[in-house]
Amino acid sequence: MPIRLKAGDWLIFLLGLGMVIWLFTALWSNEPAGKVRIRSGDKIYATLSLDQQRTLEVPGALGISRIVIYNGQVRFEQSPCRNQYCVHQGWLHKAGQVAVCLPNHVSLELLGNKSYDSLNY
Amino acid sequence: MTPLTIESVADDHRIAKLAALAITLHLAEAVLPSPLPGVKPGIANIVTLYALYRYGFGTAVWVSLLRVFAVSLLFGNFLSPTFVLSLTGALLSLGVLWLTQNLSSRFFSCVSVSILAAFAHIAGQLLIVWLWLIPHSGILYLVPVFSAAALLFGTLNGLITAKLLATR
Repeated sequence: MPIRLKAGDWLIFLLGLGMVIWLFTALWSNEPAGKVRIRSGDKIYATLSLDQQRTLEVPGALGISRIVIYNGQVRFEQSPCRNQYCVHQGWLHKAGQVAVCLPNHVSLELLGNKSYDSLNY
Repeated sequence: MTPLTIESVADDHRIAKLAALAITLHLAEAVLPSPLPGVKPGIANIVTLYALYRYGFGTAVWVSLLRVFAVSLLFGNFLSPTFVLSLTGALLSLGVLWLTQNLSSRFFSCVSVSILAAFAHIAGQLLIVWLWLIPHSGILYLVPVFSAAALLFGTLNGLITAKLLATR
Protein backbone atom coordinates (compact mmCIF):
# COMPACT_ATOMS: atom_id res chain seq x y z
CA MET A 1 0.00 0.00 0.00
CA PRO A 2 1.53 3.31 -1.07
CA ILE A 3 2.05 6.05 1.47
CA ARG A 4 -0.08 9.12 1.03
CA LEU A 5 1.73 12.33 1.81
CA LYS A 6 -0.52 15.13 2.97
CA ALA A 7 -0.41 18.78 1.93
CA GLY A 8 1.23 19.83 5.20
CA ASP A 9 3.98 17.25 4.75
CA TRP A 10 4.96 18.78 1.44
CA LEU A 11 4.83 22.22 3.03
CA ILE A 12 7.12 21.18 5.90
CA PHE A 13 9.48 19.35 3.55
CA LEU A 14 9.77 22.32 1.19
CA LEU A 15 10.24 24.74 4.09
CA GLY A 16 12.97 22.46 5.43
CA LEU A 17 14.60 22.25 2.01
CA GLY A 18 14.48 26.03 1.68
CA MET A 19 16.09 26.41 5.09
CA VAL A 20 18.87 23.94 4.26
CA ILE A 21 19.63 25.70 0.98
CA TRP A 22 19.62 29.05 2.73
CA LEU A 23 22.01 27.73 5.40
CA PHE A 24 24.38 26.48 2.72
CA THR A 25 24.45 29.79 0.87
CA ALA A 26 24.69 31.84 4.06
CA LEU A 27 27.31 29.81 5.90
CA TRP A 28 29.35 28.35 3.06
CA SER A 29 30.14 31.59 1.36
CA ASN A 30 33.12 31.14 -0.92
CA GLU A 31 34.05 34.69 -0.33
CA PRO A 32 37.59 35.49 -1.49
CA ALA A 33 39.86 36.56 1.29
CA GLY A 34 41.11 40.12 1.51
CA LYS A 35 43.58 39.87 4.34
CA VAL A 36 45.84 37.39 6.04
CA ARG A 37 46.54 37.31 9.74
CA ILE A 38 49.81 35.74 10.75
CA ARG A 39 50.30 34.55 14.29
CA SER A 40 53.51 33.53 15.92
CA GLY A 41 53.23 32.00 19.38
CA ASP A 42 50.38 33.74 21.18
CA LYS A 43 50.88 37.04 19.38
CA ILE A 44 49.53 38.43 16.14
CA TYR A 45 52.65 38.91 14.07
CA ALA A 46 51.01 40.84 11.26
CA THR A 47 47.70 41.40 9.47
CA LEU A 48 48.37 42.10 5.82
CA SER A 49 46.42 42.70 2.65
CA LEU A 50 46.62 39.93 0.04
CA ASP A 51 46.78 42.62 -2.61
CA GLN A 52 50.53 42.64 -2.79
CA GLN A 53 53.53 40.55 -3.60
CA ARG A 54 55.60 39.90 -0.54
CA THR A 55 57.75 37.33 1.21
CA LEU A 56 57.87 37.31 4.98
CA GLU A 57 60.25 35.60 7.33
CA VAL A 58 58.31 34.86 10.51
CA PRO A 59 60.30 33.72 13.52
CA GLY A 60 58.74 30.83 15.46
CA ALA A 61 59.68 28.34 18.15
CA LEU A 62 61.97 26.28 15.88
CA GLY A 63 63.21 28.87 13.45
CA ILE A 64 62.00 30.93 10.56
CA SER A 65 58.89 30.15 8.51
CA ARG A 66 58.89 31.74 5.09
CA ILE A 67 55.44 32.92 4.03
CA VAL A 68 54.66 34.18 0.57
CA ILE A 69 51.80 36.46 -0.44
CA TYR A 70 51.18 36.50 -4.17
CA ASN A 71 48.22 37.31 -6.38
CA GLY A 72 45.54 37.25 -3.65
CA GLN A 73 46.85 33.99 -2.24
CA VAL A 74 49.16 33.04 0.57
CA ARG A 75 51.19 29.95 1.47
CA PHE A 76 53.92 28.60 3.69
CA GLU A 77 56.84 28.35 1.34
CA GLN A 78 59.23 26.88 3.81
CA SER A 79 59.07 25.97 7.46
CA PRO A 80 61.56 24.31 9.83
CA CYS A 81 59.08 21.61 10.94
CA ARG A 82 59.41 17.86 10.41
CA ASN A 83 56.12 16.90 8.67
CA GLN A 84 55.75 19.97 6.45
CA TYR A 85 51.94 19.81 6.69
CA CYS A 86 51.78 23.59 6.52
CA VAL A 87 53.80 23.70 3.31
CA HIS A 88 51.82 20.89 1.70
CA GLN A 89 48.59 22.72 2.35
CA GLY A 90 49.59 24.95 -0.55
CA TRP A 91 48.03 28.20 -1.63
CA LEU A 92 45.09 29.54 0.38
CA HIS A 93 42.69 32.09 -1.03
CA LYS A 94 39.25 31.73 0.59
CA ALA A 95 38.07 33.58 3.68
CA GLY A 96 38.14 31.33 6.72
CA GLN A 97 40.95 29.08 5.49
CA VAL A 98 43.72 28.36 7.94
CA ALA A 99 47.20 26.88 7.69
CA VAL A 100 49.04 26.07 10.87
CA CYS A 101 52.60 25.04 11.53
CA LEU A 102 52.13 23.59 15.00
CA PRO A 103 55.78 22.74 15.71
CA ASN A 104 56.87 26.24 14.86
CA HIS A 105 53.84 27.92 16.51
CA VAL A 106 53.10 29.91 13.36
CA SER A 107 49.67 30.13 11.74
CA LEU A 108 47.96 31.87 8.83
CA GLU A 109 44.33 32.79 8.87
CA LEU A 110 42.53 34.30 5.92
CA LEU A 111 40.05 37.03 6.72
CA GLY A 112 37.20 38.18 4.55
CA ASN A 113 36.63 41.77 3.64
CA LYS A 114 34.06 42.02 6.41
CA SER A 115 35.43 43.39 9.61
CA TYR A 116 34.56 40.50 11.94
CA ASP A 117 36.83 37.54 12.54
CA SER A 118 35.73 34.31 10.96
CA LEU A 119 37.49 32.44 13.74
CA ASN A 120 38.06 33.34 17.33
CA TYR A 121 39.98 31.67 20.10
CA MET B 1 11.34 -15.00 52.92
CA THR B 2 8.78 -13.93 50.39
CA PRO B 3 10.01 -13.45 46.85
CA LEU B 4 10.07 -9.86 45.67
CA THR B 5 7.48 -9.26 43.03
CA ILE B 6 6.92 -6.17 40.97
CA GLU B 7 3.45 -5.64 39.69
CA SER B 8 3.50 -4.94 35.98
CA VAL B 9 0.66 -4.20 33.63
CA ALA B 10 0.22 -4.64 29.90
CA ASP B 11 1.35 -1.04 29.34
CA ASP B 12 4.71 -1.75 30.97
CA HIS B 13 5.24 -4.82 28.82
CA ARG B 14 4.48 -2.86 25.69
CA ILE B 15 6.90 -0.08 26.66
CA ALA B 16 9.59 -2.66 27.47
CA LYS B 17 9.17 -4.37 24.10
CA LEU B 18 9.25 -1.13 22.14
CA ALA B 19 12.24 0.15 24.12
CA ALA B 20 14.10 -3.12 23.51
CA LEU B 21 13.44 -2.75 19.79
CA ALA B 22 14.64 0.86 19.84
CA ILE B 23 17.80 -0.11 21.76
CA THR B 24 18.55 -2.85 19.22
CA LEU B 25 18.14 -0.46 16.29
CA HIS B 26 20.33 2.11 18.01
CA LEU B 27 23.08 -0.46 18.62
CA ALA B 28 22.86 -1.78 15.07
CA GLU B 29 23.22 1.74 13.74
CA ALA B 30 26.24 2.43 15.94
CA VAL B 31 28.14 -0.36 14.17
CA LEU B 32 27.58 1.18 10.75
CA PRO B 33 30.33 3.51 9.58
CA SER B 34 29.35 7.12 9.10
CA PRO B 35 30.83 9.40 6.43
CA LEU B 36 30.94 12.24 8.92
CA PRO B 37 31.11 11.81 12.69
CA GLY B 38 27.76 12.78 14.14
CA VAL B 39 25.72 12.24 10.99
CA LYS B 40 23.51 9.26 11.69
CA PRO B 41 20.13 8.15 10.35
CA GLY B 42 18.64 7.81 13.85
CA ILE B 43 16.50 4.82 12.88
CA ALA B 44 15.63 4.19 16.54
CA ASN B 45 13.42 7.26 16.32
CA ILE B 46 11.09 5.29 14.08
CA VAL B 47 10.11 3.34 17.17
CA THR B 48 9.46 6.53 19.14
CA LEU B 49 7.28 7.91 16.35
CA TYR B 50 5.45 4.63 16.00
CA ALA B 51 4.82 4.55 19.77
CA LEU B 52 3.52 8.12 19.63
CA TYR B 53 1.00 7.41 16.91
CA ARG B 54 -0.08 4.02 18.14
CA TYR B 55 -0.06 4.42 21.93
CA GLY B 56 0.22 8.13 22.69
CA PHE B 57 2.70 10.67 23.95
CA GLY B 58 3.41 9.01 27.31
CA THR B 59 4.59 5.77 25.71
CA ALA B 60 6.78 7.71 23.27
CA VAL B 61 8.49 9.53 26.16
CA TRP B 62 9.17 6.27 27.99
CA VAL B 63 10.51 4.50 24.94
CA SER B 64 12.75 7.38 23.93
CA LEU B 65 14.26 8.04 27.37
CA LEU B 66 14.66 4.36 28.26
CA ARG B 67 16.61 3.92 25.04
CA VAL B 68 18.90 6.88 25.73
CA PHE B 69 19.71 5.67 29.24
CA ALA B 70 20.04 1.99 28.36
CA VAL B 71 22.27 2.61 25.34
CA SER B 72 24.53 4.91 27.35
CA LEU B 73 24.92 2.16 29.98
CA LEU B 74 25.64 -0.45 27.29
CA PHE B 75 28.28 1.74 25.66
CA GLY B 76 29.63 2.93 28.99
CA ASN B 77 29.21 6.60 28.22
CA PHE B 78 26.58 7.43 30.83
CA LEU B 79 26.92 11.11 31.89
CA SER B 80 29.63 11.66 29.27
CA PRO B 81 29.27 14.33 26.56
CA THR B 82 27.91 11.67 24.19
CA PHE B 83 25.16 10.90 26.65
CA VAL B 84 24.35 14.57 27.23
CA LEU B 85 24.08 15.12 23.46
CA SER B 86 21.89 12.07 23.09
CA LEU B 87 19.62 13.18 25.94
CA THR B 88 19.38 16.77 24.65
CA GLY B 89 18.41 15.50 21.22
CA ALA B 90 15.82 13.14 22.67
CA LEU B 91 14.29 15.78 24.96
CA LEU B 92 14.03 18.39 22.21
CA SER B 93 12.51 15.87 19.80
CA LEU B 94 9.99 14.89 22.44
CA GLY B 95 9.23 18.59 22.95
CA VAL B 96 8.44 18.85 19.24
CA LEU B 97 6.30 15.70 19.38
CA TRP B 98 4.36 17.27 22.23
CA LEU B 99 3.88 20.56 20.40
CA THR B 100 2.87 18.93 17.12
CA GLN B 101 0.16 16.87 18.74
CA ASN B 102 -2.14 19.78 18.01
CA LEU B 103 -1.38 19.74 14.28
CA SER B 104 -4.41 18.75 12.29
CA SER B 105 -4.05 15.17 11.08
CA ARG B 106 -5.97 16.17 7.99
CA PHE B 107 -2.98 18.08 6.66
CA PHE B 108 -0.01 16.64 8.50
CA SER B 109 1.17 13.06 8.86
CA CYS B 110 4.02 11.55 10.85
CA VAL B 111 6.39 12.61 8.05
CA SER B 112 5.99 16.27 9.04
CA VAL B 113 6.46 15.42 12.68
CA SER B 114 9.57 13.37 11.89
CA ILE B 115 11.18 16.19 9.90
CA LEU B 116 10.44 18.76 12.61
CA ALA B 117 11.74 16.46 15.34
CA ALA B 118 14.94 15.78 13.37
CA PHE B 119 15.59 19.51 13.03
CA ALA B 120 14.94 20.07 16.74
CA HIS B 121 17.26 17.17 17.55
CA ILE B 122 20.19 18.54 15.57
CA ALA B 123 19.57 22.15 16.61
CA GLY B 124 19.76 21.18 20.27
CA GLN B 125 22.88 19.10 19.77
CA LEU B 126 24.70 21.78 17.82
CA LEU B 127 23.78 24.31 20.47
CA ILE B 128 25.21 22.11 23.22
CA VAL B 129 28.35 21.45 21.17
CA TRP B 130 28.79 25.13 20.54
CA LEU B 131 28.03 26.39 24.06
CA TRP B 132 29.78 23.65 25.98
CA LEU B 133 32.16 21.45 24.02
CA ILE B 134 33.62 23.53 21.18
CA PRO B 135 32.90 27.24 21.72
CA HIS B 136 34.27 28.12 18.31
CA SER B 137 32.43 29.75 15.44
CA GLY B 138 33.92 27.14 13.09
CA ILE B 139 30.92 25.02 14.15
CA LEU B 140 28.82 27.20 11.86
CA TYR B 141 30.56 25.47 8.98
CA LEU B 142 28.94 22.18 9.97
CA VAL B 143 25.41 23.54 10.40
CA PRO B 144 24.39 23.19 6.70
CA VAL B 145 25.66 19.59 6.55
CA PHE B 146 23.88 18.55 9.71
CA SER B 147 20.62 20.23 8.76
CA ALA B 148 20.71 18.57 5.33
CA ALA B 149 21.19 15.22 7.06
CA ALA B 150 18.31 16.04 9.43
CA LEU B 151 16.00 16.78 6.51
CA LEU B 152 17.00 13.62 4.63
CA PHE B 153 16.82 11.20 7.53
CA GLY B 154 13.84 12.93 9.12
CA THR B 155 11.91 12.42 5.88
CA LEU B 156 13.06 8.80 5.44
CA ASN B 157 12.25 7.86 9.04
CA GLY B 158 8.87 9.54 8.71
CA LEU B 159 8.10 7.62 5.52
CA ILE B 160 9.12 4.32 7.14
CA THR B 161 6.91 5.09 10.13
CA ALA B 162 4.01 5.97 7.84
CA LYS B 163 4.48 2.63 6.09
CA LEU B 164 4.57 0.75 9.40
CA LEU B 165 1.46 2.52 10.67
CA ALA B 166 -0.38 1.74 7.43
CA THR B 167 0.41 -1.94 7.33
CA ARG B 168 -1.46 -2.88 10.48
